[in-house]
Amino acid sequence: MRYGRGPEILRDLSFDLPRGSFQFLTGPSGAGKTSLLRLIYLAAKPSRGLISYFGRDAATLPRNELPDLRRRVGVVFQEFRLLGHMNVFDNVALPLRVAGRKRQDYAEDVAELLAWVGLGEKMNALPATLSGGEQQRVAIARAVVGQPEVLIADEPTGNVDPEMGMRLLRLFAELNKLGTTIIIATHDLQLVRMLDAPVMTLSNGHLHIRPPRSERLRMREEAEAEAEAERVSAAPAVAAPRTPDPDDPSNPDTDMTGGHDD
Amino acid sequence: MTDGLPKPPSGGNGRLLPPDAGRDRPLFVVAAILVFLACIAALGARGAWLQAQRWTTDLETSLTIQIRPGESRDAEADATLAAEITAGFDGVEQATSRGRDHALALLTPWLGEGNLPDDLPLPLLVDVRTRPGSLVDTEGLQARLDAEGMTARIDDHGRWAQAVRRAAGTAQALGLGLLALLAGAAAAVIAFAARASLAARLDVIDALHLCGAEDRFIAGLFQRRFFMLGLKAGVAGAIFAGLVSLLVSLGDAPADMAFFLPQWASDPFEFVLLALAPILAGLTSAISARLAVASDLRGRW
Ligand SMILES: Nc1ncnc2c1ncn2[C@@H]1O[C@H](COP(=O)(O)OP(=O)(O)OP(=O)(O)O)[C@@H](O)[C@H]1O
Ligand SMILES: [Mg+2]
Repeated sequence: MRYGRGPEILRDLSFDLPRGSFQFLTGPSGAGKTSLLRLIYLAAKPSRGLISYFGRDAATLPRNELPDLRRRVGVVFQEFRLLGHMNVFDNVALPLRVAGRKRQDYAEDVAELLAWVGLGEKMNALPATLSGGEQQRVAIARAVVGQPEVLIADEPTGNVDPEMGMRLLRLFAELNKLGTTIIIATHDLQLVRMLDAPVMTLSNGHLHIRPPRSERLRMREEAEAEAEAERVSAAPAVAAPRTPDPDDPSNPDTDMTGGHDD
Repeated sequence: MTDGLPKPPSGGNGRLLPPDAGRDRPLFVVAAILVFLACIAALGARGAWLQAQRWTTDLETSLTIQIRPGESRDAEADATLAAEITAGFDGVEQATSRGRDHALALLTPWLGEGNLPDDLPLPLLVDVRTRPGSLVDTEGLQARLDAEGMTARIDDHGRWAQAVRRAAGTAQALGLGLLALLAGAAAAVIAFAARASLAARLDVIDALHLCGAEDRFIAGLFQRRFFMLGLKAGVAGAIFAGLVSLLVSLGDAPADMAFFLPQWASDPFEFVLLALAPILAGLTSAISARLAVASDLRGRW
């Protein structure tokens, strides 16, 4: 895709998000993570290419079907996009209200969710009076309150302390267990390392997918087993070269999948 | 981990659209002025119609017979006779012959008092009052008077009534045309304001869209807001228009001026008009806001 007449910032990417999967999206600042997510949550149309969405082609999707699809997707924006004139409670309840649900039916649930993200005392506060991390948690609560089928989070832990970050990640993992497809864009490699999930890395407009650690370990074991078998058969024992730490995603050497950037 | 969940805030839903005081107040003033002018135009058209009605019934329920003094005829006697004959006609309520003194009095303003020779022949007048709604056979009357040998001319004021009616019709058409123009201007102003308000609130619109709000829902928000604005401006404008027309009819404006000013006739029409004005203003405002916003939203993806 491209913005206006600017350069093409994303090109030739092809991937799919299986239902119920959990993915990380990383890449240097400006690599196009937000842009890719915008495509996924239907805030932008691709200048070319195909996005198929719950089995529908986004490019030909009639406008009147968008609201329904969007209700199935929760989004945490990098810049939160809270409504400044409404208090925390109303901000979080927004998707439910827009879907036409009655306040008395959801008030308890919203309060409970807010308490869970540690904002039980701030329900009546306006977003402008909250800290960055608090606003971020409001944005997350708003994204998950409607129990979407897909949750898209752009830097959802960028403004919170590591402990709260872990907690939010646990919330995401919990939702994922309940069947929500989750994609999280983040710079935070600490966070990426916490879960055994595939990591998509964007750079120069290209996407590079690394399978989850468990799979990589399995592949390495297989490879080592093979190598071992060869060594055993080929006699002279040579010290095995030290393998780099597989947990360090910044180390390109750990990528075992090769050829995934298409 | 949280013992005793915090209670959700009581009270209703917060407003989805933020209040927009900086823009709403001037818009309110403009809308109120438009409603005021529209009410004045409508009351004016109505006033012209009422006034014309009053004048034309005045004119239509009166005839004047002019008796010309002829050679060797007693004009005074002719006038008396003519009054008698006329009184016998169907539809005539009263026929009064005005003597020479009356004719002289009519001339005094132009000629001054006592400047006329006593024997100057003057046409005498017979004032005829007819019953409203009944037609007097003026041709038959003319024939009877001619048969008496007098030189009489019957003036049924039809010409004047027609002129008055035409003027009233023009004033009314003007009023209604003005009304239509004002309604159009109001709709355009509101559409413009609704678009501006939408543009100023794109953050809210985007957030609503991405939460799955339908265009209908968003357009409905603007529709409600602008209905309320139109309604309030309508109330202000209508009250002001009512006060002005009341003042105009309390002070005694000369009849020819009153023709073009709104008149408080304190009949149900005024109340209905003034009560309807805010509702019409609200509806106009709501509809044009909705159309403007809906067309803007369609242009976005
Ligand atoms: N609305 C826009 N109009 C024009 N160019 C844009 C727009 N949004 C983003 N870009 C450009 O697209 C490129 C990718 O931006 P994007 O926001 O997707 O990066 P990102 O990976 O999310 O970065 P970060 O990690 O800093 O959030 C950047 O070069 C940016 O300048
Ligand atoms: Mg970004």
